[in-house]
Amino acid sequence: MINYILRRLLTAVVLLIIVTMITFGIFFLIPKAAGSDPAQMFVGKTATPAGVEATRVKLGLDKPIYIQYGLFIRGIVRGRDFNAGPDVDHCPAPCFGYSFRTDQAVWPLMKDRFPVTVSLAVGAAIMWLIGGVLAGVISALRRRSLLDRTVMVVALAGVSLPIYFTGLVAQLVFVHQLHWFPGGTYIQLADDPLGWAGKLFLAWVTLALLYAATYARLTRATMLETINEDYIRTARAKGLQERVVIAKHAMRSVLTPIVTVFGLDFGALLGGAILTESVFSLPGIGKLSIDAVNQKDLPIILGVTTFLAFFVIFANLIVDVLYTVIDPRVRIK
Amino acid sequence: MSLLSAEDAATAGQSDGGTPFLDVRDLRVHFSTEDGLVRAVDGVSFALERGETLGIVGESGSGKSVTSLGILGLHRRTDNTRLSGEVWLDGEELIGSDRERVRQLRGQKMSMIFQDPLTSMHPYFTVGAQIIEAYRVHNNVSKKAARARAVEMLARVGIPQPDRRIDDYPHQFSGGMRQRAMIAMALVCDPELLIADEPTTALDVTVQAQILDLIRDLQEEFHSAVIIITHDLGVVAELADDILVMYGGKCIEYGTADELFRRPEHPYTWGLLGSMPRADRSVRERLIPIKGTPPSLINLPSGCAFHPRCPYAFRNGIPCRTVVPDLSEGDVHGVACHIPPPERREIFATDVAPSL
Repeated sequence: MINYILRRLLTAVVLLIIVTMITFGIFFLIPKAAGSDPAQMFVGKTATPAGVEATRVKLGLDKPIYIQYGLFIRGIVRGRDFNAGPDVDHCPAPCFGYSFRTDQAVWPLMKDRFPVTVSLAVGAAIMWLIGGVLAGVISALRRRSLLDRTVMVVALAGVSLPIYFTGLVAQLVFVHQLHWFPGGTYIQLADDPLGWAGKLFLAWVTLALLYAATYARLTRATMLETINEDYIRTARAKGLQERVVIAKHAMRSVLTPIVTVFGLDFGALLGGAILTESVFSLPGIGKLSIDAVNQKDLPIILGVTTFLAFFVIFANLIVDVLYTVIDPRVRIK
Repeated sequence: MSLLSAEDAATAGQSDGGTPFLDVRDLRVHFSTEDGLVRAVDGVSFALERGETLGIVGESGSGKSVTSLGILGLHRRTDNTRLSGEVWLDGEELIGSDRERVRQLRGQKMSMIFQDPLTSMHPYFTVGAQIIEAYRVHNNVSKKAARARAVEMLARVGIPQPDRRIDDYPHQFSGGMRQRAMIAMALVCDPELLIADEPTTALDVTVQAQILDLIRDLQEEFHSAVIIITHDLGVVAELADDILVMYGGKCIEYGTADELFRRPEHPYTWGLLGSMPRADRSVRERLIPIKGTPPSLINLPSGCAFHPRCPYAFRNGIPCRTVVPDLSEGDVHGVACHIPPPERREIFATDVAPSL
């Protein structure tokens, strides 16, 4: 087991390196090919040629791309010094460089934004797990009933409607017309828990609706398949109450695919929910990345991408390890 | 062995003065589907005493499994399912009872062994947990006591090192072991009625014999009534006191095992016997298969459902195609066939028996 986890960890690290290589390549080779100069982008349009040159040296942009990549990785692992003569900036590990636009270090920027993204992801995840799975189970047990049809139509709508529609409509109705929820800026959980929840609630519901729809359909399909299994008939033949048959025997099997999908969804969400954060003006990782893209702020884009890749790969790893716990037939040799 | 119609059984009483332990009267299980009404079981009656074994024999889709599921109340429960008739278990009628009452009896007074022990046990729970659960539904005992009981049952069905194997998952057991564990689970509450639905079909031949021996031993020990459902006449020859042959959802021949093997009267039963491989037959002699395939339960052939496959149909103006034959009840032997009994016996003696 330990061996397996170590092996998987190693694979995860390799994967992460490959992902960073590709993103690094994309973000530093493409500007070159397009004829724009990262050093120029960093110092701005008003700088003198000498200033641009100094920046190029300081950021290591004069070196070959593989050296630059090496320095980037080294920066993440051990921190990095940017120096051009007397002008030395130490960037502690994990160093993702500095924003081209604001000169801020990328890591603290991401670190500050992360709690917002986590708040959004956790709240929404709780809602969609409870809502989606429950709706799916009820739908499966009352198959072809009005309730089932209603749930499935809502689910279809939930999957089909984009966040920037449902999110904006929700804000229009509940914030601006009914005034049920406050508008304004994000509030830290530590500062005002109620305000925090109030500000996030609509975002949670909107995001959860999108995912709950998928989960309801997945749960319904798996449940319908499971209740026809022989071992469910056996459970009934033992004389178990129907609710035990469903809640214990059937749910145990239904949870397996849900855990898998949830791990991946949640991992990806920790890397930032771009649409939701933008629509609800939440200063999370997703908002950071979309702003960075708009401003062609390469170090931030690179940092955020690496961050996202980390969570997706890590979530995959967790899911795989969880599998051995969930399904006793999966045993590691 | 008593073979009485529902009315007779209700009024005449049995040799021991009471009603039979299990008395199934005119059981019907119908499903209405988009394609039409499926008469999965269509008027089946039989009786069974404690300590006796009934074999229900038939091809796939003859309604034999649905019969047993109907007795246990395990048939598919949809708005489209109609269950009628009477099932008397130890003086208690089950079809009209509420579901909660039937649930309480299920697993305790009557229990069931299924065909494929791999798919019939939950893959995510240990064998022990599943047996313990079966015991604790009906017995208010501690987990520890239930575990001891489970170990005892596993030992009883011949699982080596039961105190260790109890924590294994079903996939860690071999096929035969799994079926033993399944039997342990079915018997953990000392049921008085045990229904075994093709208990050996999914097993190796060597293991089949062991499992049949085990069922017989346990039956003698617990003196329970056993119903064995199978398509394999060899299995019922081993175990059954009485045999009920089903075709197209109906009982077409019913009698003691002895009678049915020696003097079978229904052409379908002859076909089953003819297609049974036997070691004492010469290798060159070929099996005599029943031609055709079992009928669809939605679209049963008119008249006698077996007539399209029956080599003796339409002799001397018998209405095989138009009239459904009743299960004529002799004193020892019921046969649903239009061919007059003397003629049937003659055909069997001259035409069928020599090739069996």
